[in-house]
Amino acid sequence: MAFSAFATGTAQEQAPRRKSRIALLLLLPGILYLVLFFLVPLVSLVITSLQSPSALGDIGQYQTGFEWQNYVTSITQYGDQILRSFSYAVLATVFALIFSYPLAYFIGVKARPWPLLQNLMLVLVIAPFFISFLLRTLAWKSLLSDESGFVTGLKALSLLAPDAHVTGTPVAVVFGLTYNFIPFMTLPLYAALERLDTRYLEAGSDLYAHPFTVFRTVTIPLSMPGIVSGVLLTFIPAAGDYVNASREFLGGTGTSMIGNVIESNFLVLLNYPAAASLSIILMVVILAIVTVYVRRSGTEDLL
Amino acid sequence: MTVQEGLAIASAVDTPKKSRGPRMRFSLGSWLLPVYTALALVFLLIPIAYTFIFSFNDSIKSNISWRGFTLNNWINVCNAQDVCSAFGNSILIGITATVIATTLGTMIAIALVRYRFRFRSAISLLLFLPMATPEVVLGAGLAAEFLGAGVEKGLVTIIIAHTMFCISFVVVTVKARVSSLDPALEEAGRDLYGSPAQVFWRITFPLLLPGIIAAALLSFALSFDDFIITNFNSGSATTFPKFVYIAASRGIPAEANVIASAVFLIAIVLVVSQQISAAARRKRLERVG
Repeated sequence: MAFSAFATGTAQEQAPRRKSRIALLLLLPGILYLVLFFLVPLVSLVITSLQSPSALGDIGQYQTGFEWQNYVTSITQYGDQILRSFSYAVLATVFALIFSYPLAYFIGVKARPWPLLQNLMLVLVIAPFFISFLLRTLAWKSLLSDESGFVTGLKALSLLAPDAHVTGTPVAVVFGLTYNFIPFMTLPLYAALERLDTRYLEAGSDLYAHPFTVFRTVTIPLSMPGIVSGVLLTFIPAAGDYVNASREFLGGTGTSMIGNVIESNFLVLLNYPAAASLSIILMVVILAIVTVYVRRSGTEDLL
Repeated sequence: MTVQEGLAIASAVDTPKKSRGPRMRFSLGSWLLPVYTALALVFLLIPIAYTFIFSFNDSIKSNISWRGFTLNNWINVCNAQDVCSAFGNSILIGITATVIATTLGTMIAIALVRYRFRFRSAISLLLFLPMATPEVVLGAGLAAEFLGAGVEKGLVTIIIAHTMFCISFVVVTVKARVSSLDPALEEAGRDLYGSPAQVFWRITFPLLLPGIIAAALLSFALSFDDFIITNFNSGSATTFPKFVYIAASRGIPAEANVIASAVFLIAIVLVVSQQISAAARRKRLERVG
């Protein structure tokens, strides 16, 4: 860790104090683009979230207003979906971490003598990215459907009640979220573990520490930056996802998340203020969680 | 390499000391992790195998139950209505957004590493935030902006949206490459009276190229597979993921599996062959060294 901090330090120092006019020219187009299509949209979300229905009462017509009430309505009306989003996302993140850590450890530490194998295994980890996210999820829907071998097998073994389903349940949604975001967890974990100096682990065992103690007191802290970025890269998209939870995919009537409500309010019901206030709520809660989490895990330099 | 090998040998020698249980448990412990890794990788590939296998299904309308093997879906991919035009749109959007995002992002990355300027932390925050914002918020925000400005949604608005979320990823990828660049190489160019433009195009740019290519591939992949942001900003235009989403309720045609499988195979062949040639190059260098 100390080494990488040193490396970025020198990179900063390399930067000569050259004409800032060139820097401005290099920065301006991209930054303007982000201001126009990232910041302004956030502002227009805030404005939209405070709009009130137009005086004429047409559907989808709103006028600029200052309706703080929209937020109260959204929270009371969609409290369940908001809570569900964050609990599903937390569960998916925890499962993805448990699934990915041993995998990343094997690829990043144990497989070091074989670099080609390491890279090929990494390709397999990111392979799901090469096939459509939606088709992957639909494949799981078929594989977990009531007629599938997996579910009939579980029922034959009496592990599942005869009238039970897997698809359409929270279990399926959390499973889908976990599956879809595993590569986002594995890659940063791998990046951190690949740089892990195994001499520290040897030092631990030379001092007669139990392997588990070495793992808990050496490996985990050294791979913390990877854990933090993996958790963020999994949690943020999982909390905002609405594909897994939607009824055409792995969800059912009782699994809709905040993303589903934003989508239906924006694109179907044309209730823009509700969709906008829900988006702002989602964004604020996520930023709050991310800030607290990053502070507490002591890796502020990530931001 | 030699240090790593030494460490590997050292740790191999050390392992029996570490295990305290009887011999049986030691061998089980050393097999557990590789076996788990193999099973985990197989698990990750299950839906891909499913999609691939069902691209050969002799399906009529919905492609859910297996009805027999056929090559028809692969031969007449464009038979399914709209699937090919949606795919074409995705390619067009992917390429356009990639070109714009890679250009803008590379310029920012160079500026961030090579120059000092004010508002540096504000700019870093502006680059970080789009990656920390859930897609549904990015999508709804842009859609609210387009709605307020009275812009009609279509291919152009999709390209605008995709470029926006790709820029930050390009900056992160290229920045790593710029920081690892040895400034002595450019200095040498300047010492030999190269003009700034010559130094940039003959030295800096070729050295940055692997990073720029990686960033472009990442952008294209992100754009090609994006559904959530697209759904908010597409209007009546269709992309491949949107086609799948709409078709999901009435059954996905097997032709969609064909397109996804073909894209997958092309991507995997490209990546694997690149890895193998890189490994061969490493071997050659080792021999020379």
